[in-house]
Amino acid sequence: MNAPIRRLSAVVALLFCALLVSSTTIQVVQAKSLQDRPDNRRTLLDSYARERGQILVGGTPVAKSVPTKDELKWLRTYPQGELYSHVTGYYSFTYGAGGGLEGADNDLLSGSSDTLFYRRVSDILTGKTPSGASLELTINPAAQKAADQALGDQRGAVVALDPKTGDILALVSHPAYDPSLLSGHDTKKVQSAWTRLNADKGRPLIDRAIGGDLYPPGSTFKLVTAAAALESGKFTEESQVPGPATLDLPQTTVNLPNDDHLPCGPGNKTSLTHALQVSCNTAFGWLGMRLGADALRSQAAKFGVGDKLEIPMSVTPSRVPAELNEPQTAQAAIGQYDVRMTPLQVAMISAAIANNGVVMQPRLVKRVLSSDLEVINQPDPVELSQAVSPDTSAALTRMMETVVTSGTGTAAQIPGVDVAGKTGTAQHGKGLAPHAWFTAFAPAQDAKVAVAVVVEDGGRLGNEAFGGKVAAPIAKSVMQAVLGS
Amino acid sequence: MTTVSTYRPRTRRNVELALLLLAVAIVVLAYVNVELSVSGDFPPGLVGQTIGLLAISLAFHGLLRWRASYADPLLLPIVTLLNGLGLVMIHRLDIAKGRGISDGLALKQLTWSALAVAIAAVVLFLLRDHRILRRYTFISAVVAFVLLVVPLVPGIGRSVNGSRIWIGLGPFTFQPGEIAKIALAVFFAGYLVQTRDALSLAGRKVLGMTLPRGRDLGPILVAWVLSLLVLVFEKDLGSSLLLFGLFVSMLYVATERISWIAIGLTLFCGGAYLAFLLFGHVQSRVHLWLDPFAPGQSDQLAKGLMGMAAGGLLGTGLGRGRPDLTYFAESDFIVPSFGEELGLVGLFALLVLYVLLVERGMRTALGVRDGFGKLLASGLAFAVALQCFVVVGGVTRVIPLTGLTMPFLSYGGSSLLANWSLVALLLRISDHARRPVDEQPAGPSSTGQAHTEVVVLR
Repeated sequence: MNAPIRRLSAVVALLFCALLVSSTTIQVVQAKSLQDRPDNRRTLLDSYARERGQILVGGTPVAKSVPTKDELKWLRTYPQGELYSHVTGYYSFTYGAGGGLEGADNDLLSGSSDTLFYRRVSDILTGKTPSGASLELTINPAAQKAADQALGDQRGAVVALDPKTGDILALVSHPAYDPSLLSGHDTKKVQSAWTRLNADKGRPLIDRAIGGDLYPPGSTFKLVTAAAALESGKFTEESQVPGPATLDLPQTTVNLPNDDHLPCGPGNKTSLTHALQVSCNTAFGWLGMRLGADALRSQAAKFGVGDKLEIPMSVTPSRVPAELNEPQTAQAAIGQYDVRMTPLQVAMISAAIANNGVVMQPRLVKRVLSSDLEVINQPDPVELSQAVSPDTSAALTRMMETVVTSGTGTAAQIPGVDVAGKTGTAQHGKGLAPHAWFTAFAPAQDAKVAVAVVVEDGGRLGNEAFGGKVAAPIAKSVMQAVLGS
Repeated sequence: MTTVSTYRPRTRRNVELALLLLAVAIVVLAYVNVELSVSGDFPPGLVGQTIGLLAISLAFHGLLRWRASYADPLLLPIVTLLNGLGLVMIHRLDIAKGRGISDGLALKQLTWSALAVAIAAVVLFLLRDHRILRRYTFISAVVAFVLLVVPLVPGIGRSVNGSRIWIGLGPFTFQPGEIAKIALAVFFAGYLVQTRDALSLAGRKVLGMTLPRGRDLGPILVAWVLSLLVLVFEKDLGSSLLLFGLFVSMLYVATERISWIAIGLTLFCGGAYLAFLLFGHVQSRVHLWLDPFAPGQSDQLAKGLMGMAAGGLLGTGLGRGRPDLTYFAESDFIVPSFGEELGLVGLFALLVLYVLLVERGMRTALGVRDGFGKLLASGLAFAVALQCFVVVGGVTRVIPLTGLTMPFLSYGGSSLLANWSLVALLLRISDHARRPVDEQPAGPSSTGQAHTEVVVLR
C-alpha cells in the first residue's frame, strides 16, 4: 500500500500548491485593484486614520478634522456650514468625498498625493504622525458673505474674480446645504440626509456656479458679440447699426423683437455703445448675422468657452452650438438659442475685459500648506489667452460704464467708484420667468473685482424681473465688499 | 569483516521538547505583539498565561514520553503552534469587537482547547494499540451515520451560515460532522482492509485501466449517495466533498487502482453538476464563487478578499489590520484574517505547517506495518489536507465557498475536540510505526496480522 500513499502525498502537495497560487494571486497580483474598489471599507478607514488637511479662508478653517473616540478617529467638521458648502464639498464616510475641494483635492487633503511623497518619507523618518496637506483659498470672506446674503433664498449663483490673477473671491450657489450632515459618523442620519438632499427639488448638491445644467447667458453674451464686432475692425463703439423695433429674420417666420417693442434709436438706427447701454436685441441680432457664426464662436472660445477648466473642481465647459444657420446666429448673438454658460464663464468675460483683454485661469487654491503651515506649493497666476486687444477692452469698458451710469444697470452704481457692467434677462422656455443676469467689474479703470450673478426664474420678482433689477444689486454688494476690505 | 551493531531507533522526544518550546515562544510572542500594537502595553497576566500554556503542552509531552515514546516528534509542536496562533487571532478579534476577556470568544476557545487536549490525552492513554479500533469497524459506521444525519433532526439541528451541519443542545452548539470524519476513517479503514482483495484484483481491463466488477461498485455508490444527501439536505459542499474524497482516497490506497479515482471523480462531478442544476443554494454558491463582487448577493467572500488584499506581501502586522470587518473572521474566514495581518508570508508559513502535519501523517502511514494502520493514518492525514483545501480554497476562490472550519485555527469546540483526537490517533499510530519490533505490544489478534501484511507488501 506504500506506493499509493506516496502518490496521495503528492496529491496533497498539489492541493496545497493550488492554495499558494490562489493566495498569491489575491494578495499580490490583485491586491491593488481590490484595494481600489470603491466598496472597500478598509481603504476608506485607512484614509480616516490620519488627520485630514484643513481648508482655510483668510486664516480661518472652513473645513477641519477633529479627533473623535469612535473607530473613525477623525470627524470632519464645517464650522461655517452652508456658507462654504460648494467650496468645500463634503467628506463622507458613507458617500466618499465630493461636491467641492474635498473631492477635487482629495489626494492632497488626505496626504496620499504623489507631490507629498518626500514629505511622507521624512514624516516616517522623523516619527511625526503623518497628516494631509492644508489648502489656503483665494476666497475673500467678506465677498463670500455678501454674495450669500444678497442672494438670500433665491436660487442662483454668484462668482467673483480678481481680474488680474484669476483668484476666485466668492463662489456661491443657492440653495446650499450643510456638509456636516454628510460627514457625520452616524450612518443612518447621513443616509437620510443624503436621500433628502438628493430628493430636494432645489437640488442643493449641485454647484450652479460651475456646473449643473448651465444657463442661457441672455444679454450678457452681447459683450462677446460687441467684442467680436470691435475686433473685426469693421465697427467702432460709435458705429451706427440698425436697431428697429423688430428684426426680420431670414428663412423663418419668427422675428426678433426688442423687449419694449420700440426702436433703439431715431430712424431705427443706433450707435454700438447705445445698443449695449439699452441692451438692444435687434442691433446685436443684426450684428451677429453680419459677423457670422464662426466669428461669434471663435470670439467666445477666446474668452474660454469650450475649455475644460479645473479650479481644481472640474467646470462644465460652456458652449456655443457648432451648427448655426442665420436666424439661429441672430438668436445666439443675444445669448439665446442653444448658447449655454456657467456663471464662472460670464465672470471670466468681464474679468478679461477688465484685465486689458487677458483671460486669467480661475483658481480657488492660493497655497498648499503642510500640517505645520509650511508652504508646500504656491502656484503663480496663469494666463489662459488674449481674448481681445487692449484697445477693444478699453472701448468695451467705456461702453459697459454707460450701462451702469445711465443704461439698464443703474442699480449697480457704487458712490465714488466707476462700475462697468452688463445686464441679462434670459428666456428659457415658454411660461417660465426669465433668468436674471448681471456681470460687472469695478473700479472700471483699475479693476479689483469682476463678478457674475445669475438669479433663476427672476428670483423674488418672477416675470417682472430684469437683470438690472434683481441681479445688479447683488453684484453691487459683492463688489462693495471686495472694495471695502 | 562485518561487525554486528544493534541500531536502536531514537525516540526523538528531546527534539519534540525543543520544538514545543519554540512553538510556545512563537505563540507568546504573537500574543505580546497583539497587545503591544492595540494597547501599547504588555498583557497584564502574561507570565501566568505563559506558564499555563507551557504546563498544558509539557503535560502532553510528558504523557508522550511515558505512553508513546516513539511517537512522531513534529505532530505535537505543529498543532500546539496552530492552536495557539488561532487563540491569539481570536483574542485579537475579541479586542477589535469590544468583547472583554470574560465574555470573549478567546476564553471559550481556550477552555475548549484544554478540554480537547485532555480528551486527546485520554485517547492516547486508553488506546494502547490502534489495531483495537478495528474491532469497532461497524460501530464506527453507525456512529458516523448518526453524526452525519443528526443535524437534520428537527429541534436539534441548526442552520448556521446557510449550512445545516450544526446541532444545538441547550447553550452549546456542536458540529457533529467533525467527529464523523474520524469515525468514517476508522470504518473505511476497517472495511477496506477486509475487502481490498476483492476490490483490487477482480475486474477487466478497459483502456489500460482495470475496471471493477459491477457488484463491487456497491460501497462507492453508497458513499456517493450519502455525500450527495449531505450536499442536498445539509447544504454543505465542504462536508460532502470531505466525506466522498476521504472514501475515494482510502479506496485508492487500499486497492492501488487508479480506476477507483476515475470512477470517484466522475461520480462526484456528475453529482455536483446535478445538484447545481437542481438546487438554488448550490447555484448561489457557484455564482458567488465566479463573481464575488456581483451586486445583490452576499458580500462575505468579497470582504475576505479585500482583507487579504489589505495584507499584501508582508501584512499589516498583528493587531494593526481590520480583520473584524470580515464576517466569520474567527471561524470560516480566519485564514483571510491571518492573510491580512501576517501577509502572504505569514499565510504561506501557516500553510506549510499544515503540509508538514499532513505529510508527517502520511509518513506514519508509510512506516506502520499493518494495513489497517496504514489506511487509518493516510485517511486521517488526507482528511486534514482535504479540509484545509476546502476551507482555504473556498476563501481564495479555488472552489466555491463552504461552511467548514480550519483545523486547530478556527473558533469552535467540536472542531478542536475532533482534530486533537485525530492527532492523538496519529501519534498512537506513529508510535507504533517507529517502535522497534521487540518493544511492540502484543497485537490485539493472535493471528499476527501485522506480520502477514509485511509479507504481502514485499
